[in-house]
Amino acid sequence: MSTFPLDVAHLLAGGMVLVSFMLLYQLNVFALHAVVLSASVAWQAYVQNAPHLYVPAAIALVLKGIIIPVALHRVVIRLGIHRGIETVVGIGPTLLLGVGLTALSMVVMLKAAETADPLAREDLAFALSILLLGLLMMVTRRNAVSQIVGFMSIENGLILAATAARGMPLVVEISVAFSVLVAFIVIGVFLFRIRERFDSVELQALDEFRGERR
Amino acid sequence: MNLSFEPLTAVLVIPAVTAAVLALLPSYWVAARLNVLATFVTLIAAVLLLFDRPPPGGYLFVDDLNNAFIVLTTFVAFTTSVFSASYIAHELEIGRLTPNHLRFYHAMYQTLMFAMNLGLIANNIGLMWVAVELATLTTVLMVGIYRTHEALEAAWKYFILGSVGIALALFGTILVYMAARPVIGEGADAMVWTMLIKNASSFSPELLNVAFVFLLLGYGTKVGLAPLHAWLPDAHAEGPTPISAVLSGLLLNVALYALLRFKMLLAVNPAALASGPLMVTMGLVSVVFAAFMLYRRRDIKRMFAYSSIEHMGIIVFAFGMGGPIANFAGLLHMTMHSLTKSAIFFAVGHIAQAKGTQKIADMGGLTETNPVLGWGLVLGVVAIAGLPPLGIFMSEFLLVSSTFARQPLLGILLVAGLLIGFGALFLRLNSIAFGEPRGASAEAKASYVPMFTHLALVLAAGVYLPPQMVTWFQNVAKLLG
Repeated sequence: MSTFPLDVAHLLAGGMVLVSFMLLYQLNVFALHAVVLSASVAWQAYVQNAPHLYVPAAIALVLKGIIIPVALHRVVIRLGIHRGIETVVGIGPTLLLGVGLTALSMVVMLKAAETADPLAREDLAFALSILLLGLLMMVTRRNAVSQIVGFMSIENGLILAATAARGMPLVVEISVAFSVLVAFIVIGVFLFRIRERFDSVELQALDEFRGERR
Repeated sequence: MNLSFEPLTAVLVIPAVTAAVLALLPSYWVAARLNVLATFVTLIAAVLLLFDRPPPGGYLFVDDLNNAFIVLTTFVAFTTSVFSASYIAHELEIGRLTPNHLRFYHAMYQTLMFAMNLGLIANNIGLMWVAVELATLTTVLMVGIYRTHEALEAAWKYFILGSVGIALALFGTILVYMAARPVIGEGADAMVWTMLIKNASSFSPELLNVAFVFLLLGYGTKVGLAPLHAWLPDAHAEGPTPISAVLSGLLLNVALYALLRFKMLLAVNPAALASGPLMVTMGLVSVVFAAFMLYRRRDIKRMFAYSSIEHMGIIVFAFGMGGPIANFAGLLHMTMHSLTKSAIFFAVGHIAQAKGTQKIADMGGLTETNPVLGWGLVLGVVAIAGLPPLGIFMSEFLLVSSTFARQPLLGILLVAGLLIGFGALFLRLNSIAFGEPRGASAEAKASYVPMFTHLALVLAAGVYLPPQMVTWFQNVAKLLG
C-alpha cells in the first residue's frame, strides 16, 4: 500500500497543530484552523471511502471557517474590545508549555494506541495535542472571546479524532450539531447579556461580582 | 400509545412532549401543574420498568443498575416539581421572574428530565455523552435565568468548565471506541455498552487506561470532584432553588453513573489499570477539601453546595473501594443523599424567600419565626451530617466499618473528613436555626409536603430497609464488582 494517503493526513493534522500554536499568540487565525480541519476531514472521507464524512467537513468550512469568525469579529467591534490578547502567562512561556504538551501527547498516544492502524493512531496523537493546546489557551487567556475560540479549537480537535476513528457511528454528526448549538448559545445568549449587564466581556470584571470574595 | 406497555419509551417521550407543550403554554399556573403531572407520569413509567423490562436494544437498555438510578431520578424530579410550583409563585409575586421566564423555565425543566433519563437508559456510549451534554446546556441556561451579575458569572463558569469536562469525556469515549473496534468490528456495535462489556476482556488495555483517565476527568468535572469542582458552588447558589435541588440530587448522579459504566468496563479487563485507587483518591480529596471549605461559607446555598461536593466524594470513594459492602454503601448513600439534599434545598428555598436573603448572617432563630421550616432544616441537617437513626448514618457506618477492615489508614482520613464537615454544619445550623431571631421574617407560603416526604423516607430507610430493596441493591452491588 502506498503511504501517500497517510502522508497527506499527517500533513493536514500537523497543520492543525501548527495553527493551534499560532492561536496561542493571535486569535485571527481561528478561521484557518477550521479550514485545515475541513480539509483534513474531507481527506479522511476520501481515503476511508466514507462519503458521510463530507458533511462535517462542509459544516466545518462554512460554519466555523466563515460564519462564526465573521460573527465574532462583529461582536468584538460592537463591544469595542481591544484586540490585543490579555494574557495571564506571557506568550513565550505559553508556547514552551504548548511544546511540552504536544510532546506529551505524542508520547502517550503513540504508545497507548500501538495496536491501532497508523492513520488513526497518529491522528489521535495530533488530536490530543490540539485538545491540550486549546485547554492551555483557555487557561492562559482572560477575555471571553479568546475562551470561546479556545473551546472551539478543542471541538475541532475532537472532530479530527472522531473522523480518524474509522467507522465511528453517530458521533461525527452529533458532535457537529452540538458545536453549532454551542456556538449559538455562546454568541447569542452570553455575549449579549454580558454586554447588557457589564459593558465588558472581560472575565476579570466578572470576578469582581462574585458572591463571596475570598 | 399505551403507556403500560411501553414504559421505556414513556420515560423519554413524556418529558420531550411536555417540554414542547410547556414552551408554548402562556399561563404559568397551568404550566406548573402540567409540569407536576408530567413528572408524576414519568415516575410511574420508571417504576413499571422494574416489572416489565424490555430486552436490550441498540440504543436503549435497562438493567438493575440504571433502574435504581432512574427511579430515584424520576421520584426526586416529581417532588421537586411540586416544590417548584410554590417556589416560582413567590418569585413571580416579588417580580424576580416574569411569566416569559417561567415558560422558558418549565420547558427547560422537562428538557433536563428528558436528557437525564436518556443518559441513564442509553445503551450507546455516544448517546450517553450527548445526553449528558444536553443536560449540561439546559442547566447552564437555567442557572443564568435571574440575569444578575452573579447569576451570569455562575452560568458562564459552569458553561466553560462543564464544556471542557464534556470535551474530555468525548475524547475518552472515542478512545473506548478505538479500543473496541479491532475486537467488535467497525460500526455502531462497537459503541453499544452491552456489546462492550461482553468483549472488554480482549480490548487493548493501554487504550482503555488512557480513555479512563479522560473519562474520569471529564465526567468527574460534572460530578464535582475536588480539583474540578469550581463551577458547582456558584451554579448552586445563583440559580433558582429547584434547580439547585435537581443539580445536587440528580445531575451529579447521572455523571457518576456514566463514570461507573466505564469503571465496569475496566474491571472486566485484567490487564487494564485498577480504577479503584484513582476514584478513592479523588473521592477522599473531595471529602476533606469540602469539609474544610464548609467553615467559611456565608451564603446558605453555597454552604450546602460544598456539602454536596463532600457527599459526592464519599460516594465516589465507596465505589472506588469496591466489593459488595462498599458498593452497597455507596448506592445507599447516593439514594439517601439525593433525598436529603433535595429536602434541604426545599427548606432553604422557602427560608431564603421568607428572609429575603441567602446570607447566613441575616438569618437567625428560624425555629421561632418559621417553626415548620426551621425544624425541617434542623432535621435535614441532622440527616445530612450522618446522625443515627437516619439513612445516611447507615450508609456511612457501613462504608467506614468496611474501610477500616480493609484499609485502616484510608478509614482514618475518611472519618476525619466526615467529622470536620459535621462540626461545620452544626456550627452554622446553630446560628441559623436557634438563638435570637434576626433579619426580616415574612410568612412563607410554602409547600411542606415534598420536604417532609423526603425526610420521612430517609428516616424510614435508617430504621428499616425493606428486604426487597436490600436484595435489589445487593444485586446492583454485585454488578458493579
